[in-house]
Amino acid sequence: MTETEVRQAIFDALGQIAPEADPRKIRPEENLREALDIDSFDFLNLLIGLHQRLGVQIPEADYGQLTTLSALVRYLSSKLPASGM
Amino acid sequence: MPSLGADMAEGTLVQWNVKPGDPVKRGDIIAVVGTEKADIEVEVYETGTVERLIAKPGEKLPVGTPLAMIRVEGEAAVPAVPEAATVKPVVRLRASPMARKLAQELGVDLEKVQGTGPGGVIERHDVEKAAEQAVKPPTKPETPAPPSEPQASMRHAIALAMARSNREIPHYYLSTQIDMSKALKWLEGFNQPRSIENRVLPAALLLKAVARGLMQVPELNGFWIEDQLKVSSEIHLGVAISLRRGGLMIPAILSAQQKSVEELMAGLRDVITRARSGRLRSSEITEGTITVTNLGDLGVETVYGVIYPPQVALVGFGKIVERPWADQGMLGVRPVLTATVAADHRATDGHRGAQFLQALDSLLQEPEKL
Repeated sequence: MTETEVRQAIFDALGQIAPEADPRKIRPEENLREALDIDSFDFLNLLIGLHQRLGVQIPEADYGQLTTLSALVRYLSSKLPASGM
Repeated sequence: MPSLGADMAEGTLVQWNVKPGDPVKRGDIIAVVGTEKADIEVEVYETGTVERLIAKPGEKLPVGTPLAMIRVEGEAAVPAVPEAATVKPVVRLRASPMARKLAQELGVDLEKVQGTGPGGVIERHDVEKAAEQAVKPPTKPETPAPPSEPQASMRHAIALAMARSNREIPHYYLSTQIDMSKALKWLEGFNQPRSIENRVLPAALLLKAVARGLMQVPELNGFWIEDQLKVSSEIHLGVAISLRRGGLMIPAILSAQQKSVEELMAGLRDVITRARSGRLRSSEITEGTITVTNLGDLGVETVYGVIYPPQVALVGFGKIVERPWADQGMLGVRPVLTATVAADHRATDGHRGAQFLQALDSLLQEPEKL
């Protein structure tokens, strides 16, 4: 899976949680929760959505790393098989 | 007109789902009522036959006004929608009942309306906007929009309840700092083998501790009605939930004293999801016996809450932060939570409030027993 596809999966999951927001406007290093006013429940729902979409296991101990869009893309990409492109 | 909260003085009958002569049974949805916060489907509490529809769609009526007469099997006709009437969630996927009704009146095709509600649901203001645009195309550049009607109504409802609270309730406030080391460590072990869908957040553990604490100090769980405290035997934890479009709702997790930490987590997720998509039931809106508000996600350390009348207490939680902590002569760093209680001094004294916070602390030091 390419990074673009991972990013799209994140946008889709965010669309379920914050439908009024445009996640494409978030800067890569911006704090996701602050940018989208996401509380801990929404954040958990985001991770559940990503787990269901991508099949990636996300241990609780890793939550603290996943604060920005770019960190999330990097983390998920490293857990997914490369696209071969 | 059913009462759907301390802040509700009147409601608008949006539509009837029945007509005179129709048989109805307990639990049937017979009408839709519009409140300041949401459109709600109203259930009937009796089994019988609709004798007469008293209220007309579009009428704004004070709480307590009979909406219809139901002839109960073998008895005289009784007013429908008594005070205890409950409602079921609005299950329409694309448009609220008010939006549907308005669209019909204004001749707006809902298929062409862009919904701005949660999940793209079309709401009343979406229909009004569509109708307005249909008759007069925009001639000015876009300017910041004033608050929409639902937002203004929500604000008004909150204003009424909070003004009443500050006017009538002599609040007292207490706070304590709680070492969360053991609770968080226990939670980490509890979550470790669980799939992400079944993990529990600290917020659910705190609700469990509140429910257990209230069993030790029940005077904080109930209502101040007719100049006296009425303690509730059930603990219905109202949880303050901010809505993404502004405002807040306080649905209750019913009978929290009977629920496990996992069940409270599931209950919390359920009410948060439905509060944000406008699908709460009236029993959840009206039956809270105490309110819990957690503002830790926003970095707040201490919450000084305003009691939701006629309740007599509100428990507040802030952010869990690392702090220097002295214990038995040793200084260390611990995750610390500030818990507060705002309580009605007519119902309890500070001594009981302090005992509640003490109980909360003790319970969180033995999380495996919660």
